[in-house]
Amino acid sequence: MTLSLDEVWTMLDGVADPEIPVVSLRELGILRDVRQGAEGLEVVITPTYSGCPAMAQMADDVAAALTRHGLTGKVVTQLSPAWTTDWISDAAREKLRAYGIAPPHAARCATGNGTTASTDAARAHVLQFLPGAARHTPAVACPQCGSQDTVESSRFGSTACKALYRCLACQEPFDYFKPY
Amino acid sequence: MSAVLEKPQATAVVTPVNYLLHLADNAVVLGQRNAEWCGHGPIIEEDLALANMSLDLIGQARLLYSQAAELLGNGATEDTLAYFRDVPDFRNYTLLELPHHSALVGYAKTDLDYGTTIARNFLYAALMVPMWSQLQTAADPALAGIAAKSLKEASYHLRHSRDWLVRLGDGTEESHARMQAALTHLMPYTQEFWTHTALEKEAEAAGVHLDWVQLAADWNALVDDALAEATLTRPAATGYVTQGKAGLHSEHLGFLLAEMQSLTRAHPGATW
Repeated sequence: MTLSLDEVWTMLDGVADPEIPVVSLRELGILRDVRQGAEGLEVVITPTYSGCPAMAQMADDVAAALTRHGLTGKVVTQLSPAWTTDWISDAAREKLRAYGIAPPHAARCATGNGTTASTDAARAHVLQFLPGAARHTPAVACPQCGSQDTVESSRFGSTACKALYRCLACQEPFDYFKPY
Repeated sequence: MSAVLEKPQATAVVTPVNYLLHLADNAVVLGQRNAEWCGHGPIIEEDLALANMSLDLIGQARLLYSQAAELLGNGATEDTLAYFRDVPDFRNYTLLELPHHSALVGYAKTDLDYGTTIARNFLYAALMVPMWSQLQTAADPALAGIAAKSLKEASYHLRHSRDWLVRLGDGTEESHARMQAALTHLMPYTQEFWTHTALEKEAEAAGVHLDWVQLAADWNALVDDALAEATLTRPAATGYVTQGKAGLHSEHLGFLLAEMQSLTRAHPGATW
């Protein structure tokens, strides 16, 4: 069975991220290329973080998808250019938000912090170990209620790519996909 | 890794295996050392932060080991390089293998000192940000790719350690004193950053060019700037110059490797 490269791309659209199953590897910008190599089909992926433990799973999932469609090929890891959250598609950003993860700002983003007097008062009661750092971060909208009244509780969260935030309006904690 | 690492176009410049191992050993040894805080962090946010950054370092080491294994051939893999080499084979800076406390404290695990951890991470990250930055334009495309990737991570490792250096240095009397003591203990080990040994000469001869004058200037500027903000005094870097790069290590590396390698050595070739 042979598929055109476009058809392989479409088929690989169905391969979801192992950690965040609502988005595909293609939407996250991890799937870089599908090409005909000297020894057959080559699917090129790029790691998010060097130590991301999900990379091996991603490569396995892509290989399994190829096998399911009767295709032989190999998965190639490409480091350069280095992955950036700017490659995450707009559609995927919406899916992340709906899933409860605040999508990343542009990796090179101007700061603009819409704080109000009441926010500042609320912030004063939040235990922050690095208050200076939190001040410099642009406002991140809560994926639950949409409020911009949020604070960073920890720059490192459940995985390397996420920071832990808390919404001061609805009091819910949430993950923020860090610009990278 | 189950995916094959992309083979860049063949070029004249191939980074020598020894230099790749030096960069990889630096990353894996510090990654392993900092992972000792996992479950023991002073606060949960820092516990998570250090575990995440260890993961970055170990990830960088995997990329570098894989590249070295590719050049070595003969059955070498990232695993044989990380798990089946002994102390004299490791090429990391001695600074990175030291325990999380000064020489004057006991050896109990409960003696972990966060000031020492932060000071070491800062001194190393302040070196690696300008170094990866230079290496991302290295003539060897394999090294350049790893450098570009690692630079992003080293940048937030530097931000993390610098934040805490300032916070603890410009903190209470106690935190200031401990931060200063940690710097005084570690600064002499940074002399090894600047020695021009066979390792660097081999890399240079192969076409891996680093502007060491610029690198030292960048490092000094980062260190001086942070120490000034942290109200800390820059200690002298004098005395014995360590030679971890040449495989002459402190007594601490053997214990670290024993812990890191024991499982693989007890069950060679095990898979799950």
